[in-house]
Amino acid sequence: MTEGKEEKGKYTTVSIPTPLAEKIKKRIEGTGFNSISSYVTYVLRELLASMEEEEEEAFSKEDEEKIKERLRALGYLD
Amino acid sequence: MPAPHGGKLIRRVDGNKNIDDIEKIKVSRDLAHDLENIAYGVFSPLEGFMCREDFESVLHHMRLANDLPWTIPIVFDFDDSIKEGDEVALVGENGTVAIMNIEEIYSYDKKEYAEKVFRTTDIAHPGVKKLTEMKEKLVGGKITLVKEGKEEFDKYYLKPYETRILFKEKGWRDIVAFQTRNVPHIGHEYVQKTALTFVDGIFINPIIGKKKKGDFKDEVILKAYDALIEHYYLKDRAVLAILKTEMRYAGPREAIFHAIVRKNFGCTHFIVGRDHAGVGNYYGPYDAHEIFNEFPDLGITPIFFKSFFYCKKCGGVVNEKICPHDKEHHVYYSGTAIRKMLMNGEMPPETMMRKEVAEIIMSYDNPFVD
Repeated sequence: MTEGKEEKGKYTTVSIPTPLAEKIKKRIEGTGFNSISSYVTYVLRELLASMEEEEEEAFSKEDEEKIKERLRALGYLD
Repeated sequence: MPAPHGGKLIRRVDGNKNIDDIEKIKVSRDLAHDLENIAYGVFSPLEGFMCREDFESVLHHMRLANDLPWTIPIVFDFDDSIKEGDEVALVGENGTVAIMNIEEIYSYDKKEYAEKVFRTTDIAHPGVKKLTEMKEKLVGGKITLVKEGKEEFDKYYLKPYETRILFKEKGWRDIVAFQTRNVPHIGHEYVQKTALTFVDGIFINPIIGKKKKGDFKDEVILKAYDALIEHYYLKDRAVLAILKTEMRYAGPREAIFHAIVRKNFGCTHFIVGRDHAGVGNYYGPYDAHEIFNEFPDLGITPIFFKSFFYCKKCGGVVNEKICPHDKEHHVYYSGTAIRKMLMNGEMPPETMMRKEVAEIIMSYDNPFVD
């Protein structure tokens, strides 16, 4: 799945229970995943991304109104 | 609305900075566009041109050094007398002015760059050709925009903080983005409208910038879309705004990059068609679909489309997932064929292109990039 040379990246070791590793090994047979590590990385990235939270844009009421005025002037808002 | 890539919309603008006493470097229009893209968060989370660690991580892993998906190097090539620690003013041909703090100057391998990003070292590939013309060193560091450039199509120029407010005001929660560098034919319209059926609004976002010879001129694309939207879209369901950046023609990698940029504008979905951002035969027709499998953490949902075509037996526009008839009944939307008709002053049939769109294109003596 992953393009590129592994040695060029930074990697660390994480321990998971052996039975879980065995389940993953079976799960990834015949898929595009070439190792337990690549599968675990994929799943963790997916999980963490789903928990991503937006930092609120801090616009004052006045600034937001200016933006809306510009959008109206350009015809994007009525 | 999705969080910007990396969680925060970057804004690096300070119109009060004084550049009188610092060295000024002239930069191209394309580079000036990317300065504005960085400054206004179109390229969030980038805060400047990439330093070596990010550059190499992008090349080898299609991710920034902090593991965030990112597939196209955003770099500044320069080989003159600047040194690390300097502060310089970058002055664009279009009037853009930005200050850059030179954090790192580093060398790079053009062959490796080409192999990784363009999947070829063939000089006939426009991205590879441009790469060979680049200077030998890259310069990384944060930038701050001091002055925005003035350009022809600024009435279509929206920044992500503006589109995010616009979508909110329109009451759109699910927004699909459509990337284009072409005038719309009926196949494009059906792709867009099929996607639009399932979301609240469509963000049509043509790329304005350096293109290859034979592509449609920016002005023609915008006017053609204005005509299409005016006559065939619900006003409250479509927004047309430009993205000022050059086409890289990096196929699958560029599809990911295009998706990230649209996420920053506030879009939840991104249309990926056949041979997205491709050129010649350098990429498989659906390589740009497959690459999305490698990014479960992209934060924007791709919508994949195979080509639409007109089926004489169905009597309408369909695709291979819904039409049971043989190919002999199909009329394909060939950009080349439409182009040829337009060049000969021939009106394409209405099954291929809307009359209002064709009339706009035909009103130009030369609608193509020379």
